[in-house]
Amino acid sequence: MAEDKTEESQPNRRRQFLTALTSAVGVAGAGAMMVPLVASMSPSARARAAGAPVEVDISELREGRMMVVEWRGKPVWIVRRSEKMLADLTEIRDQLADPDSTVEQQPAYAANDHRSIRPEILVLLGVCTHLGCAPTKKFERGVASGVSADWRGGFFCPCHGSRFDLAGRVFKNAPAPTNLEVPPHSFVTDNRILIGLDSEETV
Amino acid sequence: MKRLIISAVMLLLPLSTNAGGGGGHLDTVYINLSDKASLQRGARTFVNYCLSCHNAAFMRYGRMAEDLGISQELLKNEMMFAADKPGDLMITAMPTEGSKAWFGVVPPDLSLTARSRGADWIYTYLRHFYLDGSTATGWNNTLFPNVAMPHVLYRWQGYRSATFKGDGVADISSVQYQNLAPGTLSSADYDSAIRDLTNFMVYLAEPAKLVRYRIGIWVMMFMVVFIMLTYLLKKEYWRDVH
Amino acid sequence: MSKFMTWIDERFPLTKVWQEHMAQYYAPKNFNFWYYFGSLALLVLVLQIVTGILLTMHYKPDSTLAFASVEYIMRDVPGGWFIRYLHSVGSSMFFVIVYLHMFRGLMYGSHREPRELIWLIGVVIYVALMAEAFFGYLLPWGNMSYWGAQVIISLFGAIPWIGEALAEWIRGDFVISDATLNRFFAFHVILLPLLLAALVYLHIVALHKVGSNNPDGIEIKKNKDKDGKPLDGIPFHPYYTVKDVFGVAVLMMVYLAIVFFVPELDGWFLEKDNFVPADILQTPPDIVPLWYLTPYYSILRAVTFEWLPGGAKLWGVLAMGFAIVLLFFLPWLDRSPVKSIRYRGWMFKTMLMLFAVNFVMLGYLGTVNPGHVDLIWFKNVTWAQIGLVVYFAFFLLMPIYTKLDRNKPEPDRVTDK
Repeated sequence: MAEDKTEESQPNRRRQFLTALTSAVGVAGAGAMMVPLVASMSPSARARAAGAPVEVDISELREGRMMVVEWRGKPVWIVRRSEKMLADLTEIRDQLADPDSTVEQQPAYAANDHRSIRPEILVLLGVCTHLGCAPTKKFERGVASGVSADWRGGFFCPCHGSRFDLAGRVFKNAPAPTNLEVPPHSFVTDNRILIGLDSEETV
Repeated sequence: MKRLIISAVMLLLPLSTNAGGGGGHLDTVYINLSDKASLQRGARTFVNYCLSCHNAAFMRYGRMAEDLGISQELLKNEMMFAADKPGDLMITAMPTEGSKAWFGVVPPDLSLTARSRGADWIYTYLRHFYLDGSTATGWNNTLFPNVAMPHVLYRWQGYRSATFKGDGVADISSVQYQNLAPGTLSSADYDSAIRDLTNFMVYLAEPAKLVRYRIGIWVMMFMVVFIMLTYLLKKEYWRDVH
Repeated sequence: MSKFMTWIDERFPLTKVWQEHMAQYYAPKNFNFWYYFGSLALLVLVLQIVTGILLTMHYKPDSTLAFASVEYIMRDVPGGWFIRYLHSVGSSMFFVIVYLHMFRGLMYGSHREPRELIWLIGVVIYVALMAEAFFGYLLPWGNMSYWGAQVIISLFGAIPWIGEALAEWIRGDFVISDATLNRFFAFHVILLPLLLAALVYLHIVALHKVGSNNPDGIEIKKNKDKDGKPLDGIPFHPYYTVKDVFGVAVLMMVYLAIVFFVPELDGWFLEKDNFVPADILQTPPDIVPLWYLTPYYSILRAVTFEWLPGGAKLWGVLAMGFAIVLLFFLPWLDRSPVKSIRYRGWMFKTMLMLFAVNFVMLGYLGTVNPGHVDLIWFKNVTWAQIGLVVYFAFFLLMPIYTKLDRNKPEPDRVTDK
């Protein structure tokens, strides 16, 4: 670069500086204006309201039964598991792809053997982790379930044959790669679950 | 020539202001959307009285609470009578067929009244009810003759009758009221409460008003800087030409 | 970078177009204030399209959902109110800019030979813009939207024989309804924006073929230097790109000031009656189009003579139509030997000033009740009738007064004033 600052190069530098500065400020301003325009595509208050947490009363849910509610457009299963169902969970570990729930398909408080806050209450998103079909419940044991002779109860996806146990854990050799997702949830009272929101204690 | 045009245009513009319709000039109300306490009081009145029959179907409870600094607890316990979740819209519990049958007309949605009729109109309207035995509700209104709405806040303002000058046509500027029984609020306190309610309704009609003036100031400051820079840039390049 | 440019240039005339239309396009060096508005109009067109696209992500063109969807945008959509105001204020800004742009043309003779085609395309753009605004105004489905559309479409019913059928065909129904709303949405969002974009492209192509006019109204191509460049010309880039950026900055400040502080502009940009949903049982006391359409609305209402064959309504429609059609004939009505107002005689100067003031007056009269007296002495409708006469006289008498006028001699080179 030339060392001499002649009359020609001075105005040139001034020109370059002004151009650069004005361009930078202009781009900043245009960028600032773009922010609300881009933000307008994010979920609106209406979408957020529709996706708001759902409170469910489980006082009528009997042992061994399942209820289905909707949250954010997806089915949520709530199962009141019996002692026997819980005992079965430990015996089939070697058939499962991820028995210890190492993949993060559940909040921290559900990363345990029963994948829930209280052992008897299971909360799952009823969406197969393969391609999103809704699995059917198969709580009967053995041949009566129509799954297999050694079936201990769980869920079966009719689309491509993935199987999940009574804690939503996926069986080996299934197209589904991961366990069923446990949505954030918390107990407002003993009989009321809030789907969609963790409470301070359980997080 | 340009000056002639500009002055001619300016001569014409003042004629564009339309006077308030209906019964004469309106009382003016001082709107101040940064007065959160006033907005909160207005919200309380609105939710406890107006929502009994009217919708504010474009506003969500949660948004109102957030904007006005009302806690979730206060919202749920004191303000949500006909709704479950804060995300719900402010809909009245009164069924439409019912209100049509009882009042002859469905009470209009109030979300945008402050924009369609104006704050002054609302303020005037709510303070000019009087007793009139000839109407279905027993109430009438100087600004809105034969309105189907009764004087919902009569307990606050009290009972009064009205006499009109001249040919008996209802007119805000010339009406005289005779107080028959006092309300729980003094005249000044009632006006203040209505002012709070009107203030709230102005917010209700356009929640964005709370932020747009503030953002606008910053934008203007930026634009002044940007204009100066672009002017300097233009002058710099145009030295070549002159 | 230069290798990349070479690759592109071998396949697409990018550098060639840049040189021909920006870096080596010579524009007169004496552009003044009035010459900002072309580029500003282009900017506002782009902004309207961008904000329009964002609005269509949330707006619902259904008569039961439309009004609520606009309030949804104002409240529930993040930044929605900002986009909405940009669009509504933008449409008014567009017309302010376009009117000033057209006035520049009238002042400096930009409609004269060889620029007649630029002017004609421009008038088509103006008409398309009015249509675009008209269709867009129905979309919020407010009470003024509804009744304004009702009134204007029913004008087509005034046309003899085919009128009623035509109005029905336009509406898609017997009255303005959901069918009308849906098709106006299609016109406003797709048909007219495409047309406008194409027309603006043609407008600029035609301009670049002959080169810009200037405030002195003389042809800079008549005096070239040894390289063939006009002596009074300067390359558009960087001189006018840099100047237009300044223009953009000033426009944006005004535009954003309105958006943030007075988006309704006391009913001039957003009418109060439109904050009430469309109600077929409740006509607003005064049906008024937005300000930019009011001059022609005024002319329409000025024709009140029922004794005319076909009735006042039909002739009002014809007068309004003719008032717009007259614009197309301007290049041939103007017989002056000089282009720019700087060198014209007192007759043209007076008529142009009168035309401008009259146009504003007509605009004002379009917003008030014809039967009232809001100016002086006469009823509004009488003033509108006078206004109609003045409007037509400006054009129809032009061949005479431009010929009779005593003009000053045009200079050979541009002046710096």
